[in-house]
Amino acid sequence: QKMTVRDALTSGMDEEMERDETVFLIGEEVAEYQGAYKVSKGLLQKYGAKRVVDTPITEAGFTGLAVGAAFGGLRPICEYMTWNFSMQAIDHIVNSAGKIHSMSGGKITKSCPVVFRGNNGAAKGVASQHSQDFSAWYGSCPGLKVFSVYDSEDARGMMKVAIRDNDPVVVLENELLLGEEFDVSPEVLDKDFTIEFGKAKIMKPGIDITIVALARMVGESLKAAEQLEKEGISCEVINLRSIRPLDRDTVIQSAMKTNRLVTVEEGWPQHGVGAEICALIMETAAFDYLDAPVERVTGADVPMPYAANLEALCTPTADNIYAAVMRTMRGGKTPDRQS
Amino acid sequence: QCSTATFKCSPTKVHLCEHPPSEIEITKSEMMHYFREMSRIRRMELASDMLYKQRLIRGFCHLYDGQEAVAMGVDAGTRPDDHLITAYRCHAQQLLRGDTMKSIIAEMLGRKGGAAKGKGGSMHLYLPEKRFHGGNGIVGAQVPIGAGLAFAAKYLGEESLAIAMYGDGAANQGQVFEAANMAALWKLPCIFLCENNMYGMGTSTDRASAQNEFYLRGAYVAGIQCDGMDVASSRATMKYAADWCRAGNGPIFVEMKTYRYHGHSMSDPGKSYRSKQEVSGYRNEKDCIEQVKTYILEQKWATADELKQIDKECRKEVDEAVNWAKAQPEPDVEEVFSDIYSGKPPSFIRATDYPSSCVTSQ
Repeated sequence: QKMTVRDALTSGMDEEMERDETVFLIGEEVAEYQGAYKVSKGLLQKYGAKRVVDTPITEAGFTGLAVGAAFGGLRPICEYMTWNFSMQAIDHIVNSAGKIHSMSGGKITKSCPVVFRGNNGAAKGVASQHSQDFSAWYGSCPGLKVFSVYDSEDARGMMKVAIRDNDPVVVLENELLLGEEFDVSPEVLDKDFTIEFGKAKIMKPGIDITIVALARMVGESLKAAEQLEKEGISCEVINLRSIRPLDRDTVIQSAMKTNRLVTVEEGWPQHGVGAEICALIMETAAFDYLDAPVERVTGADVPMPYAANLEALCTPTADNIYAAVMRTMRGGKTPDRQS
Repeated sequence: QCSTATFKCSPTKVHLCEHPPSEIEITKSEMMHYFREMSRIRRMELASDMLYKQRLIRGFCHLYDGQEAVAMGVDAGTRPDDHLITAYRCHAQQLLRGDTMKSIIAEMLGRKGGAAKGKGGSMHLYLPEKRFHGGNGIVGAQVPIGAGLAFAAKYLGEESLAIAMYGDGAANQGQVFEAANMAALWKLPCIFLCENNMYGMGTSTDRASAQNEFYLRGAYVAGIQCDGMDVASSRATMKYAADWCRAGNGPIFVEMKTYRYHGHSMSDPGKSYRSKQEVSGYRNEKDCIEQVKTYILEQKWATADELKQIDKECRKEVDEAVNWAKAQPEPDVEEVFSDIYSGKPPSFIRATDYPSSCVTSQ
């Protein structure tokens, strides 16, 4: 059976709302408009305005309100039309939600089960203020759990586990993937299908090189791996899934097996997810197993330009990944590597 | 049976609602309770001042002395199942909601027996089982959270409401208005309670607020301004505001005019932006505990000696709490890795260097 990521997200929320009356959805245009990206389509009709709540355009306010509702015994799903707008509300995500368990000495235990979710990263032609990847931002905050969605299986499993979890969870979705169809097994369609925090998924096993990717870049990595396979290079492709906690073991084990590693992300390189994985390799035994330096494929280190050709230059593709793998397979340093 | 008397409340200013009653009946036992609780707060704060000067309390510490009638009026005018959230000046609320002085002082000292196991400090006191949600170190952030607590109460069909306390400094934060807008749209039972102590840190309301009558700030939301130095007035106003919310009218703004004797925090002597005369004027003419004392003596509900005795008992409680807290050990070092998440701990938590990191087998 096939399912779009959008339907997977919607069905995940729908089933959890049915399961637990304290779950409600709040955000801009989630109700009468049916979701700016139609992810909440049908939920207002099914659950009514009490549980599907349109807000004014007021991110700091409704995020704080969602956190308070969680303190008060509810399980809010707080949608950002895109994560770009979450910067208006980042204080509540990081400070009000992410730190409450620790700074109360564990007293506020089951009182902050908020899911913060929405589209992350770049879409097409929406320029710099609407094209930012927050994986590294939220991934750097202890107290938050951060999921990055790739396919429909991810979408359903992550949504369900995030809603059921008692800690604040950030779910990073991607507009460009919403309409994509993926195969889903009967297990994925089960009402209790969940994905574990801190567990990556090996999308394709391989023996020559490991590619660690997240979100839409998993798809690009698989595309590159398919091409590379034809040329006799067997890639192991890892979908990171959980940005925090990070599945260190899967990455380390894979790198130790293949002896080569390429990381792929859409976000900016500096202090990015790939940078963290490089540090992780440096700090562990995996370093001794490498036959070549780790290479990163990332978004360009510039605010996203609008023009189509410039935008394309800033967004990693399967071609970038292919080239990075080839360089890494050649073993040595890249010829143009400087200081 | 207990004797009861009628007390005249100070005049209020109102916006889009009626005046709260100008008189209020208070029983002897209630008034004696106010005297004792307000004295406990005062003594606890003065002890905190000493502990800070002895460098036993670290970092930020914001004291409540002077403002006791506000916290007391909130407690007396609302119900224990009403949600309460405030800013970093939160010691009094924690105490009135039922935590022990030992727990509060130990928290300020960063000790094991503290209210938050020594992880929060002065600004992060919580008593969720008594519906007190902190304690928030970010100016104004507690206000939409308070609206969310009201949202939850309404959603769950409870009769309870939420009180979101903030200072005159926070009153200019954008999120206060965002919260008020949603609360009004959705008729949330939320009391937005502005404690106007006239200064946001060292900036007077005149220099920070283009319009400094904070009960009017809700514009389309009802508001009341009352005397926050008089517990009869603060209680009557809170009762009125709570009834307003419970009747389904939605939110209401309450501004209580009050005064803090200490500076903003312990690093602020509180002298550069206000005059000595101003502080001593409040102390001598408006002090909220003296006011309660006067009420009691006028009613002959107790003698001056009896009140002195109560104050002495409060001092004793504080001394004992301080000694107990000082004797508490620091938190166990393993605590540094706990309470980050509520469920299963992550398999790896990095410490300051890699070898010291915490590894948990899954």
